[in-house]
Amino acid sequence: MYCNKTYHLMKQNIEQLKQTASQVRRDIVRMVHGCQSGHPGGSLGCTDFLVALYFNIMNNDPSFNMDAKGEDLFFLSNGHISPVFYSVLAHAGYFDKSELGTFRKLNSRLQGHPTTHEGLPGVRIASGSLGQGLSVAIGAALAKRLNGDDSIVYTLHGDGELQEGQIWEAAMFAPHNKLDRLIATVDYNGQQIDGPTEMVLSLGNLKAKFEAFGWEVLEEPNGNDMASVVAVLEKAKSLTGKGKPIAILLKTGMGYGVDFMMGSHKWHGVAPNDEQLATALAQLEETLGDY
Amino acid sequence: MKKYTYTDKKDTRSGFGDGLLEAGKRNPEVVALCADLVGSLKMADFIKAFPERFFQTGIAEANMIGMAAGLTIGGKIPFTGTFANFSTGRVYDQIRQSVAYSDKNVKICASHAGLTLGEDGATHQILEDIGLMKMLPGMTVINPCDYNQTKAATIAIAEHHGPVYLRFGRPVVPIFTDADQKFEIGKAWMVNEGADVSIFATGHLVWEAIQAGEKLAEEGIDAEIINIHTIKPLDAEAVLKSVAKTGCVVTAEEHNRLGGLGDSIAQLLAVNNPTPQEYVAVNDSFGESGTPAQLMTKYGLDAEHIIAAAKKVMARKKQNS
Repeated sequence: MYCNKTYHLMKQNIEQLKQTASQVRRDIVRMVHGCQSGHPGGSLGCTDFLVALYFNIMNNDPSFNMDAKGEDLFFLSNGHISPVFYSVLAHAGYFDKSELGTFRKLNSRLQGHPTTHEGLPGVRIASGSLGQGLSVAIGAALAKRLNGDDSIVYTLHGDGELQEGQIWEAAMFAPHNKLDRLIATVDYNGQQIDGPTEMVLSLGNLKAKFEAFGWEVLEEPNGNDMASVVAVLEKAKSLTGKGKPIAILLKTGMGYGVDFMMGSHKWHGVAPNDEQLATALAQLEETLGDY
Repeated sequence: MKKYTYTDKKDTRSGFGDGLLEAGKRNPEVVALCADLVGSLKMADFIKAFPERFFQTGIAEANMIGMAAGLTIGGKIPFTGTFANFSTGRVYDQIRQSVAYSDKNVKICASHAGLTLGEDGATHQILEDIGLMKMLPGMTVINPCDYNQTKAATIAIAEHHGPVYLRFGRPVVPIFTDADQKFEIGKAWMVNEGADVSIFATGHLVWEAIQAGEKLAEEGIDAEIINIHTIKPLDAEAVLKSVAKTGCVVTAEEHNRLGGLGDSIAQLLAVNNPTPQEYVAVNDSFGESGTPAQLMTKYGLDAEHIIAAAKKVMARKKQNS
């Protein structure tokens, strides 16, 4: 058996998590503005989830070891929301937050979509081409099982990403092999590049679909309410080790926190101009200092 | 011409199966995945010895490649197995993003490469896989020639850190390499030293090149035959040294003439030492149904075609001089 360690990343309470989330949202709009490219909408929508995960839920080590033996793991499958991922990693201590200013610029480790190629601590797989992250997470969970390591593997997926067939290959494999230390979260914001998901290609009853494959499914309608996000992740954790993988359908608002970006697919991949940046920052409290 | 004989014939994929078992015995981190082709890939002995280290993925190759990438996170050395077509073309983007770009220690092992799936026809054959895999930065591409060399290569890639594409065939072919050979990735094997023409062959075509070399010797032509079992990284030193001596080249492979071994060598020579070259390869075509032997003849991949190419390229050399 592998001896699991406990890492002492400062565990934040709900109020602190909200403050961190506000700072992460400031980072997101500044990063995307800085290079005039990137994906602010989904990043803002997933901020509460990633902040809760890294600052309250996961047992992970910011000193970073690729093999991650004895620690929880997170895989970002929808790699285009890299701004929120990079900001959370920087604030968690994986690398210096001053590096956030290099996002999507030449010679940066912060590629438009995450990669291991540049050796950025905290990133264990490249993602961007959609649909591959659940398979990778399952592989990592299998390795943990072989290593006698009962840490948890977390993933995040876009709802539009579920249109990729590979997701369902993986969704079939995990319950068949009783991978029960796997928590996959779907960012259920109902938007994708070409419009509302239900217009582009309907996802149908996602809860019923995952359940039919053999998953335990949790639904969280308030994916931008910090206390609710922490609660659903705690609930998911309590369901691990019971023979089934766990899926969380997390309803979020694309662009949450910046009024003119909220709820519209138009801010999926568009950068704010100077004026829009100022408007956005005025809505987001600075709590930890900008990079 | 050095004499090569054989007493036994075996399929190269059995070399993979036996090599996988041996690699598994040597290193407990070696694991295997298969997409519903355990029998074809000869994985049964590994599964019997290490059931907990084998993952049956079902007919879901994209998921298999992704899971293999994930298994490396945690220190495992995954070997994936399916037909060459489904190991490469079907999952190119998964290999590109999750394996090669992510620099994961995955061994993509592919059987039934080239035309040798025979009667199943073009949907199950692939003649583009070497090209697809060699274009990926960081990918090592290996195409061994017989049972012994495939077994040795399988053991060697488990000890090499980084993504590898290992390609082998279906039919039973002569075993003419040593059972206890040392397989060195990226180091070409001198089969026969010669002075008149360099024949660079890979995979099943190495035996055909030996047959061709013997017939050429009877006609007084002294062919140098080199087995390029590792197509990437290419042993540039061995190729350039040989060509400096012979001044003309035949490349032989069971692959599309576009993007395979021949193109790797042409590119090397164009930059360093432009040299007359003839390709023995499939001429930018899909395959079709037929027995493997019939297909090798129809698509021009046998000893007779190597002999003709050698004579043609020697005539071109003479013209140039």
